[in-house]
Amino acid sequence: MFDYNFHWRPVMKSLPDLLEAGLLTLQVATLSMVIGIIIGLGLALIRLNWSGPAYWFATAWVELARNTPALFQLFFFGFGLGAFGLHLSPFTIVLAGLSFNCAGYLAENFRGGFQSIPNTQLRAARSLGMSSWQAYTRIIIPQVFRVVYHPLTNQLVWAVLMSSLGMLVGFRELSGETQFFASRTFRIFEYFAVTAIIYYVIVKVILAASRLLALRLFRY
Amino acid sequence: MQETISFFSGFTINDLWFLGEAALRTLWISAVSISLGTVLGIFFGWLLYEGKLLGAMALAPVLDIFRSIPLIIQLVLFYNFAPIIGLDFGPFGSGVVVLTIYTASLVANVARGGIEAVGKPMRRAARSLGLSYWQDMRHVVLPIGGRAVFPSWVGVALGVMKDSALVSVLGYVELLKASQILITRTQEPFLILAIAGAFYFALSFPISRYAAQLEKRWAQ
Repeated sequence: MFDYNFHWRPVMKSLPDLLEAGLLTLQVATLSMVIGIIIGLGLALIRLNWSGPAYWFATAWVELARNTPALFQLFFFGFGLGAFGLHLSPFTIVLAGLSFNCAGYLAENFRGGFQSIPNTQLRAARSLGMSSWQAYTRIIIPQVFRVVYHPLTNQLVWAVLMSSLGMLVGFRELSGETQFFASRTFRIFEYFAVTAIIYYVIVKVILAASRLLALRLFRY
Repeated sequence: MQETISFFSGFTINDLWFLGEAALRTLWISAVSISLGTVLGIFFGWLLYEGKLLGAMALAPVLDIFRSIPLIIQLVLFYNFAPIIGLDFGPFGSGVVVLTIYTASLVANVARGGIEAVGKPMRRAARSLGLSYWQDMRHVVLPIGGRAVFPSWVGVALGVMKDSALVSVLGYVELLKASQILITRTQEPFLILAIAGAFYFALSFPISRYAAQLEKRWAQ
């Protein structure tokens, strides 16, 4: 029954490649988070302050991103846009899919953050002579950042986990690289076991780093 | 004269039925794993709350592992691990096992939050009125704590429903896999993905809206 031979040697031999692919995973997750934060902030502000077509566009984005599977969104950028002759590279597909998804989820987080700041603070800042830009960047955003800091960390972890879907669109980040090696050597279980450990370590490192950063940032 | 050969293989009404059936299969695998996972998760949540040493020392890290490794890696690992120990679950069985454990690891924290949401004085009052531990759990903690965390449970359930799209890597023909099969035949990726997305949206959006409404009403 248990006559399975674990072949760790091929896995250990390709471990440097896997770790390098792990770095690529981190990069694509971080990059999509940055894009997601910028777009999500925009979507949240639009949904709070605007009306008309812009509001509906932002709402449609948020609801679509939150109510369809992430894998579906990746496939949409990967294959769906092919119908219009737009063929993206695997990296772009993963980046676009993750950014779309992150923006949708982060927009809701930011909206909650903005709503937790009383409107009177903005008015007080404005009546002290600050411009709208100054009031937002100096008074509102720093407070919102405190509220959304932990959701942001969670979302970064999610982005790392979601980037594993890249293996299904041919992107060779950690999962894709693992599948590449696994399908060449047929040692599927060993390769994916090692990859699971690498993912676990990445997630734990992110969480530990964010906790340290929180101690540093929110001292007062 | 040159004869033009037209090879018609467009999207037909039968394909819509095929997608609808696949949507039912998505619902089926989600319903099975969410209900099994919820039962298991409530038990785990109770263990986390009640069993101090076992809960905090042993169970919490194990549940944490399932939340820190991408679901797709878990699916591939389990699918290749089951034959090693002499079991063969097939795509559906493997999907259900992995999704159930994944759901349970998420629900456990929700359930623990639910038990913690009921104040100690109320529990003591119930006990001093003569209710046994289980009566207190059933008639006091379940209605009050369950109400407090019901919206977050809905969030978990919807998340698992969307994540069930990943079972397609094992070859289980659910909604997303079915849309891929149709894309290969009809070469109309945009249309078919749009329909599949509409199915997912129709499954997820009304429930998430209703949960948000409930949350708002119960928060008052």
